[in-house]
Amino acid sequence: MPQPYAETMAKSQKEISISDFFAKNRQILGFDNPSKAMLVSVKEAVDNSLDACEEAGILPTIYVRISRTDNKDRFHLLVRDNGPGIVKKQIASVFGRLLYGSRFYAIRQSRGQQGIGISAVVLYSQLTTGKPAIVTSKISDDHPCHRMEVQINTKNNRPQMISSEVVLWEHHHGTQIEVEIVGRYHKEKRQSVYEYLKSTAIVNPHVEIIFKDPDGMIHTFQRVVDKLPLPAQEIKPHPHGIELGVLKNMLAYSESRKMTSFLTTEFCRISPRGAREILGRASISEKKNPRRLNLDEILVLYDVFNQMKFMSPPTDCLSPIGDLLIRKGLKKEIDSKFAHTVTRDPRVYRGTPFQVEAGIIYGGELPAGDTVKILRFANRVPLLYQQGGCVMTHAVERINWRPYGMEQRGGKGIPAGPAMILVHIASTNAPFTSESKEAVADVDEILDEVGRALMECGRKVKSHINKKVKLKKVSEKYSIIKDILPEIAKKSSEIIGKPNPPLDGVITKIMNVTVIDSGIIYHEEGGEKFTEVTIKVQNYTQKTKKFRLFVKVPNGLIQGIFPERNRMKSGIIEWEIGPIEPARSVRLGFTILGLDRADYDDVDVYHSHLTGEVIGADPL
Amino acid sequence: MTGKRGVQITAGNREASDRLIKIAEAIHGQLCADNIPYLEVSSRTKNNIILDEDHKVWKYGSDVVTRSAKDLGGATNILRNLYTIDFIREMIKSGKSSTLREMYYISEGWNKAKFPTQDESNKLAEDLEIITRNMREDFKLRPEEDGARVIGDLTIAEKNRKGQVKRFNCKDDVGESGYGIPYNVEEEKLQIKSVKAKMILAIETGGMFDRLVENGFDETHKAILVHLKGQPARSTRRFIKRLHSHSNLPVVIFTDGDPWSYRIFASVAFGAIKTAHISEYLATPQARYLGITPSDIVNYELPNDVLSDQDTNALKSELTDPRFSSDLWRSEIKLQLKLKKKSEQQALAKYGLDFVTDTYLPEKLKEMGII
Repeated sequence: MPQPYAETMAKSQKEISISDFFAKNRQILGFDNPSKAMLVSVKEAVDNSLDACEEAGILPTIYVRISRTDNKDRFHLLVRDNGPGIVKKQIASVFGRLLYGSRFYAIRQSRGQQGIGISAVVLYSQLTTGKPAIVTSKISDDHPCHRMEVQINTKNNRPQMISSEVVLWEHHHGTQIEVEIVGRYHKEKRQSVYEYLKSTAIVNPHVEIIFKDPDGMIHTFQRVVDKLPLPAQEIKPHPHGIELGVLKNMLAYSESRKMTSFLTTEFCRISPRGAREILGRASISEKKNPRRLNLDEILVLYDVFNQMKFMSPPTDCLSPIGDLLIRKGLKKEIDSKFAHTVTRDPRVYRGTPFQVEAGIIYGGELPAGDTVKILRFANRVPLLYQQGGCVMTHAVERINWRPYGMEQRGGKGIPAGPAMILVHIASTNAPFTSESKEAVADVDEILDEVGRALMECGRKVKSHINKKVKLKKVSEKYSIIKDILPEIAKKSSEIIGKPNPPLDGVITKIMNVTVIDSGIIYHEEGGEKFTEVTIKVQNYTQKTKKFRLFVKVPNGLIQGIFPERNRMKSGIIEWEIGPIEPARSVRLGFTILGLDRADYDDVDVYHSHLTGEVIGADPL
Repeated sequence: MTGKRGVQITAGNREASDRLIKIAEAIHGQLCADNIPYLEVSSRTKNNIILDEDHKVWKYGSDVVTRSAKDLGGATNILRNLYTIDFIREMIKSGKSSTLREMYYISEGWNKAKFPTQDESNKLAEDLEIITRNMREDFKLRPEEDGARVIGDLTIAEKNRKGQVKRFNCKDDVGESGYGIPYNVEEEKLQIKSVKAKMILAIETGGMFDRLVENGFDETHKAILVHLKGQPARSTRRFIKRLHSHSNLPVVIFTDGDPWSYRIFASVAFGAIKTAHISEYLATPQARYLGITPSDIVNYELPNDVLSDQDTNALKSELTDPRFSSDLWRSEIKLQLKLKKKSEQQALAKYGLDFVTDTYLPEKLKEMGII
């Protein structure tokens, strides 16, 4: 009896290991070409280190070294962190096995998520140079430091330990990985290792990175805050954010014995009443064991999830950078005149919490004629490739920047001007367009949210530009009344032989403006930090002025608000000003305690009931 | 009139000084009344020139530009005016005069009122002329460039630096380069004694002037030849005007055949836009254009160049210039725009060195009814 053909076929059908698949399709992970491979290798190693440090509550200090080898196409890469280290028996698995990690099922904002990253670097090294990765890790001074050579068996996706030894290491704890890879090193390029590390430092102001480049130059990106970001909280899946496959797995491995407890304990935002309603609609018994659901039932359950309304997932699981810290990071790395940053409130798309932050810097050394550079970040990781396919870029392009004082051909596309834009998306599950995590997909909710953040930045740039124009006008007027007008009076009097006329009246007529001028003085005294803000209101009009002035102040201790007629409410100081007679001025001020130098460098002043031309404050 | 130590103060000087002081008075008065100081000056554009029917010349209309101390530019301008007024007043008092360029350099010491370029100081002198209706000669300011040259049977008397009056004939008592027209050609400086000629022929280029002199055109056709030297200086225009008023001879303008040369003619005949406030002193409305006309380019088959973009724009601008609104000018300008060609005076040499004096000029002058 002839053998059924299917059985012949079965002989050649075998499981293709994930490692094997990636070995043949390495572009999926971003190793398309030597330049990109170099960058991605650094990125994966650094991301891994940062996640490990933060999880352990350690302020990260990362050392990156790239050196040349005898072969001009091959580079030696070393990345070392001061993280918690890895226990001996896990080292091989962490670096030598794809999809191995502690974060795969955690619904939490983190840099890496699928555990593909670092082992892909090991795989790439192995495929291009044949050399194993050398991992050194130590968990504390009381424990030995292990050094291992690790490879991946691509057939069964199992780590292969080639050698293991105990070594002496001068560091207290941490992990170091060394690989030799085929790559290319670019000094000055948008997508260079240097740019990547610099960008990483901008959105991770709590990180210190030391980078030794192939020429032996050492670049240090310093830490600007000594506080770790609040750790992102793990949350349970939200019924709207779950994928069918994940739901299937959750059911299959659930430890709950009844569907009601499965729904209420393994999801967020499902109440006992909600659980009963779901099961009623899906015609599934409340007492049914979750492991026993058949595929049809799972499909119905999945549909019901999407038909019903649930409370949005909690958003405190996210860890935004914070507008102040973004500003600090930006100002540290880029010299500019003006910076504005926004942290929007968290939102939800399809049951997944996300939060958008944006910043813009303007003026200073930035070239005026070029298109604006966009720094994109997802979960604090810089995105350097596929700018054109990213929701953040699309949001920039959709905005008409011309009303905000920037150039933009046809009112769409990336604007031009002396500016740089930063966008950060934090999410428990950032919707990347591909596994290599180079761009975030166009999700309407995210697109709108980024747009709103950018428009706020745009408005601030506009008012900054306006302020500059107005200040120039005012300084011209000052020049008239200080230098020119007295000369006109003197010269005309001289020619006709009469005394100098008084000029006060003419001066107010020429100025005809209320000038609100603010100054900031920072000083430290006995370990305390003081930021003293003074505001001078000068009435250069012919009318007596009476109005209200508002100043937005940062969270923190505000003291010594003067003069008396003021009140403070939800981060805003309000003053009753006046009446100020023509040609008179008043002074206001307050002190902020505890902020660092330059944390507060732009006094946001608003007014109401103030008529005529005003310079230095916007109407409320 | 003679002041202390032989200082000459003319009636014009005195009037100018009084009027300048009035400007300072007005500004002082504005300040005393708590008003922002300002000055008003006629706007100097082709849209603001109108035909003065009495004099048949083009003068400024009623559009004014207000310079107010409200803005930095205006305030600085007013201060510069005051400094300049003071400077002129001192010059008149002490009997000195200065060139416009000297005044520009003197302003170095005027602090905020210092002129950034000489163009600015020249413009300001014009402003003061317009406001006071005096000429800059009354202000003791003179231009850098001298007037051009004259050859012909013309006898004049000119007062030299020492105050002596010298009398000479512009044909017999001068060299080949002719008589140089001084910057001041007013009666007190220069008197026209006798003119023995049939026409005044003003020529744009030095080359053509020399050609006519060499060919003896002044004698054969009894012409007073005046070299315009490009855009003619005020004194050249004033000289032609005085010569015409004195002799009543026809005035004929002979230039290249391009839009810039038509403007030279317009400044002699109608008044220039920049000096429209004194057109009645400078312009000779009886002056007529001889050539080169666009028709001449065709009729005489003259060697030519293609019009540049600037040429074309200048011609188009002339089509909206009220001074060129006559049918003749409009049709010639339109013809040239169609031809897209221009020719120089000296292109006539195509037919030999004597062609211009033997053929072209006699033909054209006959056509115009002058000979």
